Amino acid sequence: MNLAFRATMGEDILLQVSGLKKYFPVRRGVFRRVVGWVKAVDDVDMFIPEGETLGLVGESGCGKTTTGRTILRLVEPTAGEILFRSKQFGKVVDLAKLDKKALKPLRREMQIIFQDPYSSLNPRMTVGDIIGEPLIVHRVARGREKEERVAELLQAVGLKPEHMRRYPHEFSGGQRQRIGIARALALDPQLIVCDEPVSALDVSIQAQVLNLLEDLQEQFHLTYLFIAHDLSVVKHISDRVAVMYLGKIVELAETEELFTHPIHPYTEALLSAVPVPDPDYEAEHIILQGDVPSPIRPPPGCYFHPRCPYAKDICSEVAPEFRDYGEHHFTACHLAGQLTLRGVKMQ
Amino acid sequence: MRGLGLKLGIALLTCSLGLVALGYLWLPADPLAIGGDRFAPPSLRHPMGTDWFGRDVLARVLVGGRTSLGIALAAVALGAALGAALGGLAGLRGGLPDELLMRGMDFLLAFPPLLLALFLAVLLGPGPWGIVIAIGIFNVPYFARLVRGSLLTLREREFVLAARAIGAGPARILLRHLLPHLASPLVVQLTVSLGAALLAEAAFSYLGLGTPPPTPSWGRMLKEAQSYFALSPWPAVFPGLVLSLTVLGLNLLGDGLRDLLDPRLGRLTAWLRS
Repeated sequence: MNLAFRATMGEDILLQVSGLKKYFPVRRGVFRRVVGWVKAVDDVDMFIPEGETLGLVGESGCGKTTTGRTILRLVEPTAGEILFRSKQFGKVVDLAKLDKKALKPLRREMQIIFQDPYSSLNPRMTVGDIIGEPLIVHRVARGREKEERVAELLQAVGLKPEHMRRYPHEFSGGQRQRIGIARALALDPQLIVCDEPVSALDVSIQAQVLNLLEDLQEQFHLTYLFIAHDLSVVKHISDRVAVMYLGKIVELAETEELFTHPIHPYTEALLSAVPVPDPDYEAEHIILQGDVPSPIRPPPGCYFHPRCPYAKDICSEVAPEFRDYGEHHFTACHLAGQLTLRGVKMQ
Repeated sequence: MRGLGLKLGIALLTCSLGLVALGYLWLPADPLAIGGDRFAPPSLRHPMGTDWFGRDVLARVLVGGRTSLGIALAAVALGAALGAALGGLAGLRGGLPDELLMRGMDFLLAFPPLLLALFLAVLLGPGPWGIVIAIGIFNVPYFARLVRGSLLTLREREFVLAARAIGAGPARILLRHLLPHLASPLVVQLTVSLGAALLAEAAFSYLGLGTPPPTPSWGRMLKEAQSYFALSPWPAVFPGLVLSLTVLGLNLLGDGLRDLLDPRLGRLTAWLRS
């Protein structure tokens, strides 16, 4: 846990996470004995100022989705603090410590958009029932009033009010994702966790949905935690970006700073895979050796050292601290500042 | 060709259920009245002939259906209710209760049904309840597994997570997001189980368990007719035929429903319109 994060929670900060951990037990045998722990989220610190977007990137299986779900308490955290500035209560609450009952009113203020627009909508409910369900659950509106609100929401996400009587399977992937977005907006939340909201969509649709999310952010003053495995998607929408590897955040900085001056070798490798729309640009892809280590038995020292092209002795012995290297550019690397790493140009 | 089996199944069931229903309004003769011609072949007076006591076979088939179908229905209702409840508990709670319940179900599946039926017959005395309970209990694991398995996959679907994210409570999630998805697999399993239960009832009656004579049931009629099969096949052929066609109809209906209800709701409405 880092002091820079713990010290204060400024007035402008909506969400501040510190020391967040989620370990899943690995069970074997007839008696389901616990033989190990998958450290899906391993001591994560982050904060998001109100109205901003924090991009969270990393390979599949690095714990991004679990991080997002744990923050919303859809997955119970093993340890850590999730401070959230609640508007309705007018104070900062620790989501990690609330019981289920106390959590319910807070669900109005934080929502989630899922990756898979096919699995995230109940196929047996009409679009109107899906988008209106949050209103019913929180007794905000019902009957005629509910329908009006649903119609409003449908228009806000670029669909038509008459769509509310249809079923999800009558829509395309992009339209379904818009339905999911409308459901997330229904209760007028402050924070939305966007869990790879465009990864399952066609490239041509991705831009549309991203633009919609940006427009909505401005319109409703939303704060996003935007999870993606694709840096080019994140670049477009994020104010700051956090790079995750094996359950830990290894680098966090403002988007432009992170893209142009990465200081963690893993970020450099990820950036080398970002396509650059310049025919004269000669890409120098860094192909990482080996696979992501098992999160059950992570390597000693820096989790990235077995694949790091710059690794020194110390990297395999001591876990690097997550520190601010100036201008709120955080990283966890022993060699931070000593390496000259390649970033990408921002257009 | 799709839907043909379903239509055939519905036609067969309509016929056999229609026959049994008809029996409540009209009977060609008293099914228990002894006398007259013995071993008469089918004729206008006795459309299915008469048996060794000169009883009208058609009348006995009509009345026997009540017993057979009644036992099968009661047994499947018992099995489905108990199985769905246990499967629901296992699927929703998970952990140790799940483990214990499902191992219990495995034990039931491995236990010979006949032994239990004999035991219950001795315990409860003559009458239909022994085999209703026996057949019912042996239906429990199938329903329990079906419900538990469906719940386990449904629970992982993201729309359930989405419901939790908006703050929906467990009761709402169960009623709005889980149960509606269980309806179609349950309907299919019910029809298939009914067919199997009819056969089981016949098998148990054949062994002399179940309703005592002279009350007819399709299985008991088969059993009793076999001694006279060389003299006259009719008392065996007709109940056997009705029984087989009913079971076939149920199985066709089950298969057809599975195809129809499986992928999307669209198919069901399209089929109903056609």
